Order: sequence, then structure tokens, then C-alpha cells
Amino acid sequence: MTLTQHGEETETAAQARPFTPPEVAAIRRDFPILQTLRAGKPLVYLDNAATSQKPLAVIDATTQYYESENANVHRGIHALSERATEVFEGAREDVRRFINAGRVSEIVFTRGTTESINLVAQSYGRQNVGPGDEVLLTTMEHHSNIVPWQMLCNERGAVLRVAPINEAGEVDMEAFRGLLSEKTKIVAVTHVSNALGTVNPIKEMVRLAHGVGAAALVDGAQAAPHMPVDVADLDCDFYALSAHKMFGPTGMGVLYGKEALLDAMPPYQGGGDMILSVTFEKTTYNKLPHKFEAGTPNIAGAAGLGAAVRYLENLDRRRIAAYERELLEHGAETLEQVPGLSFIGTAAEKAGVISFQLADVHPHDIGQLLNEENIAVRAGHHCAQPTMERFGVAATSRASFAFYNTKEEFDALADALGKVRELFA
Amino acid sequence: MITGNRALYEQVILEHNKTPRNFREIEDADRKVEGYNPLCGDHFTIFVKLDGDTIADISFSGKGCAISKASASLMTAMLKGKPKSEAETLFNRLHDLVTSNPDDPVDEKALGKLQVFSGVREYPVRIKCATLAWHALAAAFEGKEEVSTE
Ligand SMILES: Cc1ncc(COP(=O)(O)O)c(C=O)c1O
Repeated sequence: MTLTQHGEETETAAQARPFTPPEVAAIRRDFPILQTLRAGKPLVYLDNAATSQKPLAVIDATTQYYESENANVHRGIHALSERATEVFEGAREDVRRFINAGRVSEIVFTRGTTESINLVAQSYGRQNVGPGDEVLLTTMEHHSNIVPWQMLCNERGAVLRVAPINEAGEVDMEAFRGLLSEKTKIVAVTHVSNALGTVNPIKEMVRLAHGVGAAALVDGAQAAPHMPVDVADLDCDFYALSAHKMFGPTGMGVLYGKEALLDAMPPYQGGGDMILSVTFEKTTYNKLPHKFEAGTPNIAGAAGLGAAVRYLENLDRRRIAAYERELLEHGAETLEQVPGLSFIGTAAEKAGVISFQLADVHPHDIGQLLNEENIAVRAGHHCAQPTMERFGVAATSRASFAFYNTKEEFDALADALGKVRELFA
Repeated sequence: MITGNRALYEQVILEHNKTPRNFREIEDADRKVEGYNPLCGDHFTIFVKLDGDTIADISFSGKGCAISKASASLMTAMLKGKPKSEAETLFNRLHDLVTSNPDDPVDEKALGKLQVFSGVREYPVRIKCATLAWHALAAAFEGKEEVSTE
């Protein structure tokens, strides 16, 4: 096996070796929170789609920034400010490499996926979407990939279209194709569904969007923690992600945009850093990506995100994906044995998420009782109410995992769910 | 042990959740109100038939977690045939109970069966579950048709 500069193997995902149990044990030691006990019980953290845990590398990078590198960026001539700028801009290069973007100018730092999507809706959207135009989504979108488009469409007199999903939780591609027309200006689709785990055929969807001249935005919040992301290969126009879901800090995110598009877009917010010169008559905007980064940014967040990226590259995302496929298979097989359990979301291509119902036990009761075993799952609508409605439920229980989870943890979950079922029988 | 979580999931609660009392609609109800908790999707409709100031019949339908369903069930069981004012008295007692300190003494006599909700004191996020049906009933007496806990 050959290693690239950053440790990732030059193998395809199908060939990549899953982590072995000793390797997973070693990985777990990188995460301080996984060593904690509550009432003598180890933490079984299966709420990774809400937010992931942080490795020491990330915690140390943010601490180091505050302890020895803290200054504002892009403005001082003193050594510390230069160092802070290096950290900040270094993280941008890390992210560029991580998603295989062509240039660092295409990497805009934001507060998270939500802000990234709002930026595109408010800047690109207002400029390019007019009365009668259409924005196309899918049923499985997170609220943060619905509401910004709704706001845009309301403001511009445009129409929101929604491609339906089938019983397995996969986009109906025929319907998707049918909804595309020359009226479609933006297609906004999630790469991986946070409520169902479905991995969408993004490359094909982007190609189809481009076929009618629409721009394609991909919500990558749930993809980045689980698989290699290659924006050049996907050919998407925009890609949004959140650092906190990929083992980095909260309050930090990324918007990738093709340079030509970002260049033509008006700024999103005004303020310091995003300008070259200001007079009361005229302001000249800064060059990319700074045009979209008004005000003092989340420098510690960038330091942490850079560290998270390097941590993931060292583990090798292909091996992460291979191991998580094993986990998903084991989890599904084990949970299927629990009497009364049924899955919501059974797509052929899934990552990171198992959503389920347990007979008629309410998800909040399930979550509460699992908490007694120090098992953390999410109960609720997962910020995807239209998805819940599609399946005729108000809420589901969701076990969402990461590469540090183990088969034994799924066994513990299944065991506990069996007891919950008995209690409510 | 999960079966040991008696603090919150008292046997009475589990039993009322499994076999709720007055779990039906009243066609010619004098009052009908929907109670909705958008946070967790709990959604009940309360039906009341009055005879002057007396609650001649009371029932509920809908979906929710065990705590909210048991609370609705107990509410209907405790209030049928009682004066309207009893609803307010019991609601106040329940509210005081679930929002009190977990170590405070429980007035078992005043609360009657409602004391099974004392475990909720340990789990503030479940207070809304325990009081949803009661909020809805109070709104019904105020002439509202819908109440949301958010
Ligand atoms: C698919 C998806 N998109 C967007 C978001 C929003 O991310 P954030 O809250 O970090 O902005 C989430 C988070 O739950 C998500 O799962």
C-alpha cells in the first residue's frame, strides 16, 4: 500500500481495510470524553449526527491558539498576528485539500452549514433567482436546507419544488429529473440525510442540474465525517459543511464555491476584513475568499478545524468508510433482532445513521431509558419534519455513529432496547 | 438496569400508558381543545361534556410519550363527575409538584395519584409532557381551541 503525503492510502474505498478492534481501541483513546463514566457506566455515544466528539488533537490546537498564538488576523504587523494569520490561512489550505478544491480562494469560512447555505441563498440566490424561477430540493432536507430557500422564494416570488423520496428513503430520480426545467435556478440537496442516513447520488444530481443550467449546492454536513469528499469530481457549485460534525469545534463551518461564481456574487455581510478600502462614497470589496468573511473570524475554530482535517486524513477516510460500513451492517443486523423494532430509512446506500421505531413506544421514552444506561441517542424529528411526515411519524429514535463506535456498543443498544420493549409490553 | 428506572416510569404511569382511561372522542362535546408540543410532536385532543359547572364526561385522543399519555389518562379519570374548579386545583398541585425541588417533601394526600409524577422533578425537560393535557384543559375552559406549549 502506498501512502500519500497525508497518510491516505491510494486505494479505492472498496479495497480499503476496515479498522481492526485494536485500532479502534487506540482511536478511542484519542477522545477524552469516551474515557468518562457516568454512575460507573461508560459512555455509549450514538448521537454523532447531532455533533461529534473531539479528539485531543483538536482540543490541543484550539488551546494552543489561545495559549500561544492569540492575535487578530490579517491586520497586525507584529509576530503574533502573523502567527495567527498563518494558523487561520493554514486551516483554509487544510480544508481545500480535504475536499479537493482547486484554490484556497474557493474556501469561505462560516459559522457552519446553516450559515453557508444562508450565504448562498442571500447572495447568489437574490442575484440569480427571480419571479417564477424555481429552487429544487428533496423531501429529506434538513430544515437549514429548506428555510433559507423558502425565505428566498418568498422574497423573490419564486417557487420551491420538492423531489419526493420512496419508501426506502431514496430520492425518486425520475421525479427529480421531471422537476428540472429551464426555470430551475438552484438545486440544493443533502449529500447524506441526517434523519435517514441515505447517501444521495450527488454526482448524477449535480450533472442533471447543470443540464438545465441550474447551480447545484450540496449540504455536506453529514458526509464530511464519514467519507472522502471530492468537490472537483462532484463538480458541484457550492458545498457546505460544519466543523462540529466532523470532530472539530462548534461555531465553525465552510462554504466551498466555484471561484467564478463567488467572484460574481455580492457580499453577504459588510464590515471589517471584507473590504480593501472604504470611503463614505465608495467601498472596494476585498478579494476572495475574504469578501465573504466580514468581521473578526473564529480563529480558534479554524485552528481546530484544521486539526480535525489532518486527524481524519491520518486515519484515512477510505478506511473510516470501510469500517463504518461494517458497523452499519452489524448495527442493522443486531437491531433487527429486537422484537417490535422497525427501521425508518432503508436506502441501498447509507452512512452513519440508523433511525428506528420500537413498537409504539414513544422515542422520548426510549431516549430517556437508554440514558439510564449512559447510551446517548437522539429522539425527535431531527430538524427534518417533512421527512418525518413522509413516513407518517412525529419522531424517530436515531442511533448515529462514527469511526470510534464499536460493534459492542450496538450490542449494548440492542440489549437495552429489548429491555425497554419489555417494560412497555 | 433499565427496569430499575422507577423514579420516572412508575408502574401506574406504565399502566395508564398501556391502557389509557377515557381514550375516546366525545361526539357532542361542549369543549374540545388540541394540545400540542411541537418540540416532541406530542399531540392530544381533550373533549369535555359539561352539566352546569360539573364535568359530566371527559376524554382524550391523540399521541404522545408515556408521561404525557398517562397524565392525560389520569386527568380524565380524576376529573369525571367533579366540578370544573377541581381541574384548576389539581393542575396547580401537579404544576407545583413537577416544578419543585427533587428533595422537597411530597404532599401525598393532596396529590393523590398525581404523586406518581414526582419523578419528573429530576427531568425538567419532561415537565411539559406531564402538564400538556392539563394546559389543554385549562385552555378549553378559557374558550380556546388550541394550545401549544412552545
Ligand atoms: C444534513 C444537515 N444539514 C445541515 C445541518 C445544520 O448544521 P449546523 O447546525 O451545524 O449549521 C445539519 C445539522 O444537524 C445536518 O445534519
